[in-house]
Amino acid sequence: MSPTDRDAAGTTPPAGTDPLAPAEAPDDRVLLEARGIRKSFGDNEVLRSIDLEVRRGEVVVLIGPSGSGKTTVLRSLNGLETPDGGTVSIAGGPALDFSKPISKAERYALRDRSAMVFQQHNLFPHMTVLQNVIEGPLRVQKVPRAQAVAEATALLERVGLAEKRDAYPFELSGGQQQRVGIVRALALKPQLLLFDEPTSALDPELVGEVLQVIKELADEGWTMVVVTHELGFARHAADEVLFMDGGVVVERGAPKELFANPREERTRKFLERILRPLD
Amino acid sequence: MIDWQLVADSFWPLLLGGLTGTIPLALASFALGLVIALGMALMRISKNRVLNGIARFYISAIRGTPLLVQLFVIFYGMPSVGLTIDPWPSAIIAFSLNVGGYAAEVIRAAILSVPKRQWEAGYTIGMSPGTTLRRLILPQAARVSVPPLSNTFISLVKDTSLASTILVTEMFRVAQEIAAFSQKFLLIYIEAALIYWIFCFVLSSAQNLVEKRLDRYVAN
Repeated sequence: MSPTDRDAAGTTPPAGTDPLAPAEAPDDRVLLEARGIRKSFGDNEVLRSIDLEVRRGEVVVLIGPSGSGKTTVLRSLNGLETPDGGTVSIAGGPALDFSKPISKAERYALRDRSAMVFQQHNLFPHMTVLQNVIEGPLRVQKVPRAQAVAEATALLERVGLAEKRDAYPFELSGGQQQRVGIVRALALKPQLLLFDEPTSALDPELVGEVLQVIKELADEGWTMVVVTHELGFARHAADEVLFMDGGVVVERGAPKELFANPREERTRKFLERILRPLD
Repeated sequence: MIDWQLVADSFWPLLLGGLTGTIPLALASFALGLVIALGMALMRISKNRVLNGIARFYISAIRGTPLLVQLFVIFYGMPSVGLTIDPWPSAIIAFSLNVGGYAAEVIRAAILSVPKRQWEAGYTIGMSPGTTLRRLILPQAARVSVPPLSNTFISLVKDTSLASTILVTEMFRVAQEIAAFSQKFLLIYIEAALIYWIFCFVLSSAQNLVEKRLDRYVAN
């Protein structure tokens, strides 16, 4: 979907100059709807019927122990993983029914509506910061170079990395690499941002600068699904928290509610382990 | 006694044989060989059984037969089926087919060494597998394959001496002619060996430079 398509839909926000702001203003409409997502790897049933609904501008955080299926849910939302069953639809795109074979075009259409930030930044090591950021707009979305560079520069400036635009990824700190990873995702102007444990691979002192950027994006009205172990981030930024375990959503709710009064025993135990690991 | 006058007189003809025979032959064969190798590597990686089988067969046949035999089949054998090929083209065909077989496995391994995450990063910015391969994977695989491909190239430079057996005037054929004429076999062949060595030394140094230049291409 090109920016002009969005204009035609009448959803462009009032002229803003902040490059971090999403293309579409938040409203009450559902942006992402996933129903009954199932996935097995061999005999291992990783996801057993996951439902997920995300409204525009909403931040949904997935928490849960390792192997609970959080990342697989996230990867199902952009087709990196092909679920065995269930449907995924993103507003303005196709509704994919994974119980049938998915065509290439459908998969691309789904993918084009979101952008992902990985646990390991996954920057392209042979390209400079700027080249990393403009690669998608330039090669895939066919944005004119001058425009792509201008937008990329504005985004890099916004996350405090303007002076690093000609550096290579290996010359950056982990936190800087991850911020470039975020900018690379934003440059695609996706409707939905997917974060897969964006701070898990970082040294503890670098986590803050990355969470700060993500928090700002949330405040700007970006719609996002975040897999994380940072409960503090979930508490401050999430509209809804889903606790997953054993391939199912055990409990979901507003962060305040879920953290203060978990209804399920499994949720309570998980939160205790994370918050008070030594007790 | 060492005939220094002969050493000096034969140096230029030998070097010229190297510069106009050995090196162009190696360069042309290597370039064509890499194209074949890339094709074979992609066929080996592909899930298509037929393509995969063809590539496996090709690589096995090339690596399982002597280069000298491959050279003779093309130059001395093909005329029997009405296909007469001149010495130079014969040599280039044989050597590039040979490089294609060996380098295919090198390139395949290099492509597979790029983390799967890099493919996924390409997909999530909307790239097709083909674009991802071309823009993201191959540049990174190139860095990984520099050392093994340099080996292949250095071997090839020396193997071009086999082309002397099908009448290509490269350095070793020049050496044979001078040796036969002067009857100083040991002296001339050692001189030729030294020039090969110098060529390969220069190539190894170039390899180091290229490796340094491409170091940033390595994914961490």
